[in-house]
Amino acid sequence: MTHAITADDLRKVFRGRREVRALDGVSFAVEEATVFGLLGPNGAGKTTAVRILTTILRPDSGTARVLGHDVVHEPSVVRTLIGLAGQYAAVDEHLTGRENLTMVGRLNHLGRTVVRDRVAALLDEFGLTDAADRPLKTYSGGMRRRLDLAAALVARPSVLFLDEPTTGLDPQSRNDLWEVIETLVDNGTTVLLTTQYLEEADRLAKMLAVVDQGRVIAEGTPAKLKADLGATVLEVGLHDHGDADRTMAALAALGPHSPTREGSLVEVTVDDGPRAAMTALRALDSEGITPIHFTLREPSLDDVFLALTGRRAGGGAGQDGTEAGTGTEAGAGTGAGAGTEAGTGTEAGTGTGSEGSGQGASALGAGTGGRP
Amino acid sequence: MSVATLAPRVHPARRVARALGDTATITRRNLLHYTRVPINLFFSLVQPVMFVLLFRYVFGGAIHPPSKVPYVDFLLPGVFVQTVAFGAVSTSIGLAEDLQQGLVERFRALPMARAAVLAGRTSADLCRNVVVVVIMTGVGFAVGFRPSGSATAFLAAVGLILLFAYALSWGFAFIGLSAPNSETAQVMSFPLLFPLTFASSSFVPVQFMPGWLRGFATYQPVSVTATACRDLMIGGPVATWVVQSVLWTTGFLVVMIPLAVWRYRSSSR
Repeated sequence: MTHAITADDLRKVFRGRREVRALDGVSFAVEEATVFGLLGPNGAGKTTAVRILTTILRPDSGTARVLGHDVVHEPSVVRTLIGLAGQYAAVDEHLTGRENLTMVGRLNHLGRTVVRDRVAALLDEFGLTDAADRPLKTYSGGMRRRLDLAAALVARPSVLFLDEPTTGLDPQSRNDLWEVIETLVDNGTTVLLTTQYLEEADRLAKMLAVVDQGRVIAEGTPAKLKADLGATVLEVGLHDHGDADRTMAALAALGPHSPTREGSLVEVTVDDGPRAAMTALRALDSEGITPIHFTLREPSLDDVFLALTGRRAGGGAGQDGTEAGTGTEAGAGTGAGAGTEAGTGTEAGTGTGSEGSGQGASALGAGTGGRP
Repeated sequence: MSVATLAPRVHPARRVARALGDTATITRRNLLHYTRVPINLFFSLVQPVMFVLLFRYVFGGAIHPPSKVPYVDFLLPGVFVQTVAFGAVSTSIGLAEDLQQGLVERFRALPMARAAVLAGRTSADLCRNVVVVVIMTGVGFAVGFRPSGSATAFLAAVGLILLFAYALSWGFAFIGLSAPNSETAQVMSFPLLFPLTFASSSFVPVQFMPGWLRGFATYQPVSVTATACRDLMIGGPVATWVVQSVLWTTGFLVVMIPLAVWRYRSSSR
């Protein structure tokens, strides 16, 4: 097995008004021609890691290599091997799609005819030919993201860095982008992907590293991480705390995981969703408890965090939290009415308010119903 | 375990050629912006025309240059220099915007010459200044500007103005890279520009200024360049002022290019 990317004990502290330990000893290795996912909430250090690996930022200490080349000592070699597409859609608003791609091709020192042909092919492949000669200002969010990715591909890089490529995209655009990424990997490209969505990491990544506060807190295949968590989360919202207490007791028998409670919302991770749901409903019925909300869903990033760290994700990273719905449309298939009441997550999150992380927690927890 | 690919070794001459190519690419990109947002170009031309008309017709009657030169002939070379100096603000705004929009982030991950982002910006601004000077010359003639010097001297003066503007652009590139956003870049630029352009010999003879100001107003770069241009365009003791202007400009380039490139390299670290 050969590694296309290696990161060894990367550290980076941003000194400003407030010292931020963005990376606190991050190590991982990415196998060639696979997708590696860096999963974590806002502010976890994912983008900092990508910026170091793409030679934009120097680490304080630690080493990183891309196809064997040190990112600090051989940045100009590394830059010829990589492509970068970012969540900040780094494209020129005033230029047309074709002009943007041509510019990037020229800056990669490709010949004029090569650039022209590749640009035309990429525009076609990404369904942007009709919009090719319109300024980017007129593009939708999804089109812009596709163009951003196309720009990263003009030079046919062996290693591709995608920093939250689907954040803020509608489900259709997101699926299209996923298919493109899968095709690239089939053709031998190595992809490092950062994401806040467990579902995305699950779909694309062969290996995952979960990042929190500048550290890798878990690593493995998506299947392993999910298995550690239990397959499904059962969420029960109650009228009051008294009912919640009684529900905790009633659901304790579901096993193997114990229920957790936030305000009047009880959650329990179960292995077999539908069977657990039936058992739970019978138990509640026999206790005479009527839930106001009953949902089965896939574990979200928030659940991964809760399981790994004992606290909710998003501590200190609230500002972008509103976009951070950990959408699990897949969960909708597991049970009746599952995953539509996004509001419950919000109540749960703000209800606890512990560690000042209520804001971020609510946003991450609220994504069961999917995104706009 | 890692696979090492062959590191391409690039010949120095090829590197220079690539850097020039990169600069051309970025210059083209910046010039395209003017065709996409023509209103920006329009307003960057309206202001100089306004200055010519205002100074010509508002102050023109009240200001009498000592050497019996008609004020319009005294004024125009000064307005040329003042205009390109103000135009340098667009260098700082443009770079601050590129930083803000994340475009520079993409450039940094590309195998392009580091200085090309800055050189492409300043080159595009130089192109714009050529257009500005041509239009201002036309407006100047329309309001009675009649340079008495030779055509060669006139072109030399234009060259001096453009060179001065180019040097100033690099200084403002540094400001643009240091500002947190384009608005701040603009706000940071004007306190530098106002004393340079108005406490100068651009619009009025310095002899009526108080003694403490006169020294500065005579020998600061905008004044020196304005005086050199005036002498070239309407006749005067050319040599010393032209030499001084070239020295200022060269000195500025020698200091500001490395400083701006250093700022560009370090601004993300």
